[in-house]
Amino acid sequence: MGPSLSPTGGEGIYDKDCMSKRPPILQLKSLTKSFGTFNAVDGIDLDIAEGEFFTIVGPSGSGKTTLIRMLAGMEQASGGDIILSGARINDLPANKRPTCMVFQSLALFPHRTVGENIEFSLKIKGIDPAQRKTRAFALLDQLRLPRDHYGKSVQRCSGGERQRVALARALAFDPQILFFDEPLSAIDYKLRKTLEKELKDIHRETGKTFVYITHSLEEAMVMSDRIGVMRSGKLVQVGTPNEIYSAPKDKFVSEFMGDVNVIPVSMNGSRKLIAESFDKEFAVAAVPDSFSAGHLVIRPEFIRFVDKAKDADNVLEGKLYNEYALGSRIQYQVRVGENVFIVEKLRQQSSTLRRDQTVLIGWDAKDGILVTG
Amino acid sequence: MAALHETGRGLSQGARNALPLLLFLLIGFAAPLIAVVAYSFMPARSFGLIHPPTLENYAEVFTGNSYISFTWSLLFAAITVFILALICYPIAYGLARVFGRWSPILTLLFTIPLFVSENVRLYGWILFFIKNGVLLGTLKSWFGIEPESWLFTRGIVLLGMVYVYLPFMLFPMTLGVSMVPNETREAARDLGATRWQVFREVDLPLSMPGIMIGLLLTFVLAVGAIAEAKVLGGQTIIPITHDIEIAFTYAQNWPLGAALAVLLMLVVGTLVILVLKRFDLDAILGRR
Repeated sequence: MGPSLSPTGGEGIYDKDCMSKRPPILQLKSLTKSFGTFNAVDGIDLDIAEGEFFTIVGPSGSGKTTLIRMLAGMEQASGGDIILSGARINDLPANKRPTCMVFQSLALFPHRTVGENIEFSLKIKGIDPAQRKTRAFALLDQLRLPRDHYGKSVQRCSGGERQRVALARALAFDPQILFFDEPLSAIDYKLRKTLEKELKDIHRETGKTFVYITHSLEEAMVMSDRIGVMRSGKLVQVGTPNEIYSAPKDKFVSEFMGDVNVIPVSMNGSRKLIAESFDKEFAVAAVPDSFSAGHLVIRPEFIRFVDKAKDADNVLEGKLYNEYALGSRIQYQVRVGENVFIVEKLRQQSSTLRRDQTVLIGWDAKDGILVTG
Repeated sequence: MAALHETGRGLSQGARNALPLLLFLLIGFAAPLIAVVAYSFMPARSFGLIHPPTLENYAEVFTGNSYISFTWSLLFAAITVFILALICYPIAYGLARVFGRWSPILTLLFTIPLFVSENVRLYGWILFFIKNGVLLGTLKSWFGIEPESWLFTRGIVLLGMVYVYLPFMLFPMTLGVSMVPNETREAARDLGATRWQVFREVDLPLSMPGIMIGLLLTFVLAVGAIAEAKVLGGQTIIPITHDIEIAFTYAQNWPLGAALAVLLMLVVGTLVILVLKRFDLDAILGRR
């Protein structure tokens, strides 16, 4: 499947090649973790560049937590290599690795103050109290925590403050790589959105390599330079947020992105793309020679309401079933026979649509993404 | 019910619900305590509570040699608690974190002896240690060596106390250790701490509530120990509880026994309060 099949989107403000030109700081070579006969992590090969914000996304049970625990040294690898800055670290215990992890539970020391939590690794290193305090204050400033929180018990901190303390504690260790195991998953939506952006800003300020685990591709898209989508212990696709969004490799990745329209399609004898559930031929930009059957993926924002059958390359007639307000956008559910379509419009566009109204929906050939599997 | 409460007549719902328990506590707990305190102020060898109060019993305690028994009791309780803490922490750690599916079975094994009377178990130890008994008899017939029996020594009294009070230290400690979140331990290790530093900085402080409850519980029980000294010790040491028992029974001097009991309660109570003040459990856990 070539890039010509994909709809074009914003490439972001980053230099696309910047990451691939940097030397890899962390290399995984057929990394495997087995529990009995079950491979939780199944032969992962991956290079993570220095200074990169790399996110591993996958549903629960995909092995992403096991993977990051191996990288941090809390789980022993069953096979393969973990190479950090050129040296194999498989057998290095967690306390000897120059990496640090922010846990899902944050794992703050409940019997210690904010300051003592942040200074923990410095105390372990034997740095004198005055220097420790200077560093702790610098981190409190960096993470926008008030300085008078230094002596506050972590148990009396709010959710957002605790997140920042956990990050400050990890940064105080001055790790080569920071690992994150879904630290934002238990936070309410609004605060999570704020913290996601803050985390990306801190990534920029510190220039450190961040490896982040989440089950939310949306969260991954906001923060990451590159994303690895994981399923059943394997990396299904690795790419920039834009690549993952506009050119998902298969049905799993495309559906993981959120609401998409997925139509099972196959090639008939005369090399035409047929959707059996519609008994209809669909136009796409190009079909690779090797393609025989798979799915046609159309994002809701690429489907529009049309007046005539000629207004788009592919047009279907359906009934408007429901609408969902999504803030700046409105989503519509359109039923075409047995099939359900999701259509999205910007809110500012005026609408005269009514429930159960018969509508024509359509999309252009270039907006359909063909995926195998 | 609600109407009664609203008009303010009679007791509130909560107070009325608590009434049976309050009465029970009053009759079962407060009344005997008050009786003991009252007797301690009665003239020596009297059996009523209608005499004018006197301090002569306390005078006798302080001029006599009861302090020796007090010292034995407190010393042996302290040593017992110390040994138990050393023995139980590793076992508690194992039960909470290492033994996995074997933990319930081991816990059961530690619990089963509690179903047998303490005296019966202590006589079991006598059979084990007595001349020509399980230990010495075996040594004699198999190896031909005949060491002195350890029975009726201070060491055996200590062994008996450690044995009897072990579960009371072990179970609160196990609870304490299992309260430490594993991720907190891993976080400390991840931040560069060695195993020993993780123990000192995370395990020990976070399991302190369980440890403190174990220490206090076993100390209070061990100060009141009497059977170990009697059965295994054969009067090598006389604990204060023995003095109290003698005063109430053989000497028929209830007021003296009562005075000794009140003093013991005061000493133990003060120690417990001091320890609880020093180690505020909430403060340990950072809840304040």
